[in-house]
Amino acid sequence: MFAYRFDWSVVLTGQYHEWLVSGLKVTIHLSLISIVLAFLLGLLIAVMRMSQVAPIRWVAHGYLEFFRNTPLLVQIFFWYFGSYKILPQAVNEWLYRQDFEFASAVIALTIYTSAFIAEDIRSGVRSIPKEQMEVARSSGFSYIRAMQYIILPQAVRITIPPLISQFLNLMKNSSLAMTIGVAELTYQARQVESYTFKGFEAFTAATLVYLILSIVITALVTLYDKRVLNPMGMK
Amino acid sequence: METGLDFQVIWDNLAHFMVGRYPAGPIGGLLLTMYLAVVSCVLSFFGGLIMGLMCVSRSSIIRYPTLAVVNAIRGIPLLMVIFWMYFLLPWIMKRPTPESWTVIMALTIFTSAYMSQIVQAGIEGIPRGQREAALSTGLRHGQAMVFIILPQALRNMIPSFVNQFVSLIKDTSLAFIVGVSELTHVATQVNNRTMIYPTEIFAFIAVIYFILCFAFTELSRWLERRLAWRKSI
Repeated sequence: MFAYRFDWSVVLTGQYHEWLVSGLKVTIHLSLISIVLAFLLGLLIAVMRMSQVAPIRWVAHGYLEFFRNTPLLVQIFFWYFGSYKILPQAVNEWLYRQDFEFASAVIALTIYTSAFIAEDIRSGVRSIPKEQMEVARSSGFSYIRAMQYIILPQAVRITIPPLISQFLNLMKNSSLAMTIGVAELTYQARQVESYTFKGFEAFTAATLVYLILSIVITALVTLYDKRVLNPMGMK
Repeated sequence: METGLDFQVIWDNLAHFMVGRYPAGPIGGLLLTMYLAVVSCVLSFFGGLIMGLMCVSRSSIIRYPTLAVVNAIRGIPLLMVIFWMYFLLPWIMKRPTPESWTVIMALTIFTSAYMSQIVQAGIEGIPRGQREAALSTGLRHGQAMVFIILPQALRNMIPSFVNQFVSLIKDTSLAFIVGVSELTHVATQVNNRTMIYPTEIFAFIAVIYFILCFAFTELSRWLERRLAWRKSI
């Protein structure tokens, strides 16, 4: 039988506590940067996916299917270990001047998440009545401008709850960045475990932090649904 | 400066990617990936079914704790669940557990939580009249669930189950972290050994995963269309 003495002070104070806090900061930092980039890229892919030019549509469709149907971990490894052969020399040099682990994680998380966000935006756009586009076009908007000023602002409003869920997924997925040495929360929990053998305490702390973040994010969705999308409480 | 890609490394190690060191050693590579995915899928189907039924139970003593557990699991990363199993399983079983079982248990618990949501939505999607009619013909609640509601609900859930299986295939790549030699792990091994072909190796396994997952995604879409068609007639 294992004799195990719990010692919560390891994760609540001192150096190891600092490690976990710095890990949380990296997790939040990584998630925020990636979600902003993923949203912009997702928006672009969604617009391309609905383009009237067939080849543009095909490219966007291929992008969506490929990145949604490949494990994120493999994508992280690809960008971290293998991207140097396909990227131009100048981009490589620029990337190596950055924090390369962090940059690879941002690239992988951004591309992976953008594929999911693009589909969410597309279903948001599809829920806008077709007449809106027709009216916009007949009053002289070009296709792009009609998207920009009429369709997308409404679609994004509807898409916000699924977008927040994607942010939640992204935050959980960012834990995979530990595999390439980004010192985020899971990485730090494992560090604390290997330095102190207090695995239960370290992983309990990390699990609770993830849970609290998830609960806060889920509460935001509920609040948005109630206050913005359906303020009158109608069914 | 290296220019161009050389895929010879893939052909040289193809057997290793597909079956690991089998038949000289244990199975690995793509075969182990499929094994992990299929076993976890079957286990989490039953796990998800039981948890889903508990989530729609009429007894709040069963319903609320189950919902809390399901939401807690959905709120943490799979990687956390894997680490928990890695620490807890040997302690619960009172002996060392093989890494592949650590991963299967973690995948099962994680996926069951998501499956239970599918089951819950499926049951709630059956019109209320079905249950009322079943009860008024004299069936008890349990009988109405097993003989009337579940058979219809499960059929509607099939496309979602297939989608969940696709997620599961992708998630097996995380077995890498505890050293189970599935496809991603084999890829890193070959990469460590050959050193200069990371682009070719990771692009290749990405394509392998893509072919597998895309096939099942298409199957799920086809099933969905078929179900919609059957309902419309």
